[in-house]
Amino acid sequence: MNERDLRAMIEKVREGKLPRRRFIQRMVGLGLTAPFANMMLMHEGIAQQPAPIPYKPTKRGGGGSLKLIWWQGAVHLNPHFAGGTKEQDATRIFYEPLAGWDTEGNLIPALAAEIPSRANGGVAADGRTVTWKLKRGVKWHDGKDFTADDVVFTAAYAGDPATATVTVATYKDLKVEKVDSHTVKVTYARPTPFWAEALTGSQGMILPKHVFEPFIGAKSRENPANVKPVGTGPYTFVDFKPGDMLRAKANPNYHVANQPFFDELELKGGGDALGAARSVLQTTEFDFAWNLAVEDEILKRLEAGGKGRLVFLEGSDIEFVSLNCADPWNEVEGERAHVKSKHPAFSDKAVRTAMALLVDRKGIQDFIYGRGGIATANFLNNPPRFRSPNMKWEFNIEKANQVLEAAGWKKGPDGIRAKGNVKLKFVYQTSVSQPRQKTQAIIKDACTKAGIELELKSVTAAVFFGSDVANPDTYQKFWSDIQMYTTTMTQPDPQIFMEQFTTDQIAQKANKWASRNLVRWSNKEYDDTFKAAQAEFDPVKRAAMFIKMNDLVVSDGHIIPLFARPRPRGIVNRLNPALSAWDNDTWALGFWWRDQA
Amino acid sequence: MLNYILRRLLIAVPSVLGISVILFTVLALAPGDPFEELATNPNVPPEVRMALRAQFGLDDPIWQRYFHWLVNMLKGDWGFSFVSRIDVDQLIVQRLPVTIVVIGLSQLLALLIALPVGVLAAVKPYSWFDRIASTLAFIGFSLPTFFTGVLFILFFSIYLGWLPFVYRADISATGWQWWWEHFRQSIMPITVLGLFQAASWMRYVRSSVLDVIRLDYVTTARSKGLKESVVINKHVVRNALIPVVTLVALQMPAVFGGAIVTEQIFRIPGIGSLLIDAILRNDTPVIMAVTFVFACLVIVFNLLADVIYGWLDPRISYR
Amino acid sequence: MLAPATLSKPITSVSPWAEAWRRFKRHRLAYLSLWILGALVLAVLVGPLFYKVGINDIDFQARLAGPSLKHPMGTDDLGRDILARVLYGGRISLAVGLAAMLMAITVGVIIGAIAGISRGWLDAALMWVTDLFLSLPQLPLLLLLIFLFREPLKQMFGLEVGIFILIVVVIGGFRWMPVARLVRAQFFSLREKEFVEAARALGASTSRQVVRHILPNALGPVIVAATIDVAAAIIAESTLSFLGLGFPPDIPTWGRILYDGRDYMDVAVHWALFPGLMIFITVLTINFIGDGLRDALDPRRVL
Repeated sequence: MNERDLRAMIEKVREGKLPRRRFIQRMVGLGLTAPFANMMLMHEGIAQQPAPIPYKPTKRGGGGSLKLIWWQGAVHLNPHFAGGTKEQDATRIFYEPLAGWDTEGNLIPALAAEIPSRANGGVAADGRTVTWKLKRGVKWHDGKDFTADDVVFTAAYAGDPATATVTVATYKDLKVEKVDSHTVKVTYARPTPFWAEALTGSQGMILPKHVFEPFIGAKSRENPANVKPVGTGPYTFVDFKPGDMLRAKANPNYHVANQPFFDELELKGGGDALGAARSVLQTTEFDFAWNLAVEDEILKRLEAGGKGRLVFLEGSDIEFVSLNCADPWNEVEGERAHVKSKHPAFSDKAVRTAMALLVDRKGIQDFIYGRGGIATANFLNNPPRFRSPNMKWEFNIEKANQVLEAAGWKKGPDGIRAKGNVKLKFVYQTSVSQPRQKTQAIIKDACTKAGIELELKSVTAAVFFGSDVANPDTYQKFWSDIQMYTTTMTQPDPQIFMEQFTTDQIAQKANKWASRNLVRWSNKEYDDTFKAAQAEFDPVKRAAMFIKMNDLVVSDGHIIPLFARPRPRGIVNRLNPALSAWDNDTWALGFWWRDQA
Repeated sequence: MLNYILRRLLIAVPSVLGISVILFTVLALAPGDPFEELATNPNVPPEVRMALRAQFGLDDPIWQRYFHWLVNMLKGDWGFSFVSRIDVDQLIVQRLPVTIVVIGLSQLLALLIALPVGVLAAVKPYSWFDRIASTLAFIGFSLPTFFTGVLFILFFSIYLGWLPFVYRADISATGWQWWWEHFRQSIMPITVLGLFQAASWMRYVRSSVLDVIRLDYVTTARSKGLKESVVINKHVVRNALIPVVTLVALQMPAVFGGAIVTEQIFRIPGIGSLLIDAILRNDTPVIMAVTFVFACLVIVFNLLADVIYGWLDPRISYR
Repeated sequence: MLAPATLSKPITSVSPWAEAWRRFKRHRLAYLSLWILGALVLAVLVGPLFYKVGINDIDFQARLAGPSLKHPMGTDDLGRDILARVLYGGRISLAVGLAAMLMAITVGVIIGAIAGISRGWLDAALMWVTDLFLSLPQLPLLLLLIFLFREPLKQMFGLEVGIFILIVVVIGGFRWMPVARLVRAQFFSLREKEFVEAARALGASTSRQVVRHILPNALGPVIVAATIDVAAAIIAESTLSFLGLGFPPDIPTWGRILYDGRDYMDVAVHWALFPGLMIFITVLTINFIGDGLRDALDPRRVL
């Protein structure tokens, strides 16, 4: 799929020959995100037509209480310090961005009066400046008015390195100016096709200047508002116990007339995923549960009780296996898995090919992840017309044996293949999680049949995904041969996502392993294409470049993608939540309602 | 005796300090970084993270940090959670009532079951009552709480639908309704914990009563013609209580420390889950505060136990 | 009247151990339990040589099957045979359970005895150490120990043995304190008793008093602690495992199988039932053996 093909598809959409929806789905299949695909169309002048979010209630309130359960509890309520979606979701109850992303990738205004575009003059021709018109009549929960000052302040607050927000990259080089009390102008440092990155979605929640101004920079962490939020959202704050329970009640002055439907809201945190699933689908103590990382078979059984249902939204999470490029067992210059070292077994392409053949994606999908895992050959699924012979997944133990045999890896007396004095014995690590351990067991079983021995290692999630420099078991250190985890796109633009395979990002001791190329992979063509994509303004050209980068990574074999992971949510009967795959679960909390029948 | 108590109390102060030094050192040496989420984030420049570490004093040498902490503790400032940026004492106080009620009641339940059952089993050893009670006790402590908890949930919450299993600390009802709701949601965790504890305590009670019942003075009491129940209650039980007192004293600090597994299963916002979350997130001020209080309770209750030995068996003297 | 004819057997002298063994055998349940435990140990040691089904053989067609001729204990949700896994994991569970228990008991008895018989500063010092261990939060200490010692132990002893040593030390190291305090309390009350005074009056040294007179009578709580500790050790190992700190996740220790099977109790109760049963039997046998030991060693019982 190259640039020309992409442009042809876009033209088809313009002429009405290809439904917009199908185009977006294709783009998602290629590894791009729906918001990005949307931006491509908007850039080409094809206006978006978001379907209205279904909402039946005609007046505010009367819905009783809404009980949500997140099996990881939020520990604070400042959206710009969020350590994960748990805090983003919790803060979205109170704070709003200028616009959010619906599940088709459309921008839906929240605090903005309308979505800027080239047609209405909001977006400059080169995309470097965007003018947002803000909604009038919006009040903060403490009664003060929402104005452009708050937007300008939020951008400065988030972009200040001393505040140490997690959103600093988006706002660091951004200029946000007040044009008048309800208009702001955003200027990017470079022309960027993804002009909607700032001030939207989970990265763009607006903070009240009058509450946060006294606590900027180094004092930002002492602000009591970090746990007592004052926002513009549909619910106001009542009480918060970190890690446990968050309570809110309906905002009587909410700027959308007949919202919210519910009078009060509870968000309980903690425990395990299965318990959360049971509490919604079996005992209905709760109405909605987030991210139910449970074997699909158990989920199906729970659903069979008829009290609730599961919804799987396709996002951009990919669970994949990495085969280390470097050698984690021998030190070079005092460092294990040094970028200069080569993995004794995985540097042989035959071994990598064999490993890819030993992953029983179908078995794992059918019996473990079910609807929660869609088998994929790579980060991109080519449409059949453009399928390249490498980019296809296959599970074939016999073939793996042949490949290894042909490459000179012969079975020794202990059943393990070896060549010279290198044995095919690997340590395979991942985080503690039932589905992951089962996946490990399945892959190990297949490998044993091909003469490869795997030692399984599971590390508790807080340590595995932590970044302690002294701990040898983090996924960043990658001091094992094989590791497996899910990578998520934190922003709708794929650029940051693809950056994790550039040479600059190779994790090593010098940068305390704090960068993202954990597999230590380096490819000149990839680096060149990435640099070109960074500077490229035309989104269609960029899309083609991203696709090319994906092919480069996957065909080399060090990365074995397993599944796209739509995350299951549990919803009790008669509840109608408004969900999006590209934004937080609570992005449109005001639109949630329940059938009273 | 008073002398002894005073002496022990005097020693208690340096011993608590000694323990706190070791605790602090262990925590400082254990791997983990409270600002790991910032380190993973490619967008946060490393200088920012370094600045935060310096601000919270994480880069100072251990003895200096310890001293800081000690001085603050004495002033009543228990520190500030790295993770949720709330005062630690506030975090603890938020969770204290729930922990004491749920865990405390479970220990009480355990005692109320273990004492009578253990005594009765010992009075008629190897009778059918003893065999059944002992077998139930073996099953009880062979099965971990993560198992029995799930079993209870499957049966009472899901199959029968009688009881809610997610604990909610704030219930909006009032009056009788409030008590009833709290009862309904607490009864399962209390029972799970209580039965687990009762299983092992019952065996200790039985063993201890068996030891005492064979002693000469019991035979004497019986031969004096006293009623069996008087013999048991007045002579046997009191002397058999020494191991029980030891065990209860050992278990009392856990009433503060919570029960991690049970709290996880039933989502009880107790101090146990606060502690485990803090440990996994390397939130040192919280861990230090909780373990320090725990250490004080350990010392106090063991001292209490020693004093009670003297009262139970007058022949024990602390010279 | 004396009837020398009744002395049909000449009186031979018997060593104390043979005497203890004879008394032990008379406790029927203890004797039986010894055989059962022995059979269990034998089964886990040599069973896999005879029962050749693999522990990791995945068979999606045979998932969650109940007990049958092909799979005497049924299968789990990946189709793996539970009997094979129970036999294999039993080695580790039994070894960990028994070793950790023995370590806890030994350390606890020694410290408790010394504290109980001495007075003053030695008792205070030992109790301070006990209080220290009681206050230590297990998890951070565990993380620290594993972080410090896992690699060196692995290099020295190999993966499984290295982790085994670490786990036994950690679990045993956190369970000796109640034993110490119980033994000490027993000593306090026993050392004032008449028979000990009598021994003292006869000139018995302190150590002789302790070993021959006080200790055998103080063993009651120790036996109970032993049975509880075996179960607790087996379960603690599984807790460590699902925190990622113990044995690798595919090693089917009994606690691990129990943990994996707990969510399937409504459809496949056999999965959790069998490992639970194994733990239960182990606990039962240890208990009766302990009872038998106590009766055998107690000089005041006439058997």
